[in-house]
Amino acid sequence: MTGVSKRKNTIDAWLFLLPNFIGFLVFTVFAIGFSLWISMHRWDLFSSPTFTGLSNFVRLLTNDRDFKRALLNTLYFAVGIVPLGTATSLCLALLANRGLKGMTFFRTVMYLPSVSSTIAVGIVWIWLLDPQFGVVNYALRSIGLASPPNWLGSVLWAKPALILMHIWQYAGYYMIIFLAGLQGVPEQLYEAAVLDGASSWQKFWRITLPLLSPTTFFVIVMKMIGVFNIFEQPFIMTGGGPSGSTETIVYYIYSNAFEWFNMGYASAVAWVLFILVFGVTLIQFKYQGRWVNYE
Amino acid sequence: MSRRKRIADTLAYIALILVCFAMILPFIWSLSTALKGPGKVFLYPPQWIPDPIHWENFLTAWNRVPFGRFLLNTAFVSVAVVGLQLVTCSLSAYAFARMKFPGRDKLFLLYLGTLMIPGQVVIIPNFILMRYFGWLNTYSAMILPAAFSAFGTFLLRQFFLTIPYELEEAAVIDGCSRFGLYRRIILPLAKPAMASLAIFTFRSQWNAFLWPLIVVNDTAKMLIQVGLSFFRGMYYTEWELLLAGTLIALIPTLVVFAFGQRYFTQGIALSGLGGR
Repeated sequence: MTGVSKRKNTIDAWLFLLPNFIGFLVFTVFAIGFSLWISMHRWDLFSSPTFTGLSNFVRLLTNDRDFKRALLNTLYFAVGIVPLGTATSLCLALLANRGLKGMTFFRTVMYLPSVSSTIAVGIVWIWLLDPQFGVVNYALRSIGLASPPNWLGSVLWAKPALILMHIWQYAGYYMIIFLAGLQGVPEQLYEAAVLDGASSWQKFWRITLPLLSPTTFFVIVMKMIGVFNIFEQPFIMTGGGPSGSTETIVYYIYSNAFEWFNMGYASAVAWVLFILVFGVTLIQFKYQGRWVNYE
Repeated sequence: MSRRKRIADTLAYIALILVCFAMILPFIWSLSTALKGPGKVFLYPPQWIPDPIHWENFLTAWNRVPFGRFLLNTAFVSVAVVGLQLVTCSLSAYAFARMKFPGRDKLFLLYLGTLMIPGQVVIIPNFILMRYFGWLNTYSAMILPAAFSAFGTFLLRQFFLTIPYELEEAAVIDGCSRFGLYRRIILPLAKPAMASLAIFTFRSQWNAFLWPLIVVNDTAKMLIQVGLSFFRGMYYTEWELLLAGTLIALIPTLVVFAFGQRYFTQGIALSGLGGR
């Protein structure tokens, strides 16, 4: 290629890139840098920002009980949602993978909650979980439980209630990802196993699960990232309560920034959240070699 | 053997029906409540089929807050974002997938790197930026920041890479320009990937909550999810109206996705990601 046509090529490439790149530069690259800058200031948007160095981060990590509570709540959600949700979606995928008739219908019904908005579904679940008139407690009473939980109004039960709804909402979504993974398991392996006299149970543990492990790994990573971003659910269903028992890190960011106008402090929390998610994901990638099988 | 399989299939059907029942029950129960008269909502044990049926609850909810306006605003913003993303992302994806220029790989790595940064990190600086531009309470604030997506660029680039070069080489010999290659060869072949990006983006825009909540508080420009959460704040005791409003907000998505499920499931399988 000659120098001139090379230069023309570069100009052409940038013309293609430009519409996207301008937005990327302003709303992503600049915003990330700006956010870092804000996190080192005290700024309520009404007066001018004052530089405070790392003191937002120091306060956050050493002397903020509300942040600690939001962090622990978020970890509680992670422990409650990730294993149980992954197992649920896997079971649904195994059911849906049997090649039965009418599967498109079943699959559509199962994934509908995951395309619905969390705000709308959240309102529906407040009604379902109503301690007096809700269907959930009605069912519990009819199987003989005299005093079923006060769900969203109880410090003990609000978190399990949100976990239950979260698993319900996304079960079908991750089922579809598992289904795609199951389609990649070669049929011959099962046929060979049957010839060797393997039971269904053995086929599942020795063939399906190991060959599906890259998908399982992917689902766990995605679910974990999703859980660390929970916000709308407590916002609409509990307002973070009762007594802050469902306040998550993102909720804490929202309150700091847009209720109390602590822009600097909220940005610092956002960065700590990023580091946390990044760290957890990194650890997962590091230890995947122990259990994930890439042929 | 075949008898065992029949039993297993029957059990699987029963399990599937139970699961589907659990998935759809909350919606059915909401519909049932939304059609009840105020006195019947708090009946115990619950009444499953409302008697009499109060269809007018939907009309009342529709008139209490401007749901029509919210739906229109949301449709406008979602369609605009989807359209702009398809254009900007397919152009940049083409440059990354097919053209050589200095710094390309480093720039792509930068795009990829930002995918890891959660939205919460940029929401505060972008809010301040919107305020500085004077865009608070405008459609621009809801559309423009979402019109350029690193994820969309990544998704489409990956797909473009799978399209064989030979097709373009033949077109170049016929004198086709760069833009012609993109427009006439790559775009038509990339329809499945474009459809997936469109449907993912549509879903996340239709359901968007936090960003439209903070940049707009003018009812005339409010989006449906924010409007619904305000409606909940006002009518939290009138369950029949609240659930009628919730169903008004839900129905468009349920219809779109029940019919577009093929693209959605293909898209999840194609990208694995899809964003939440």
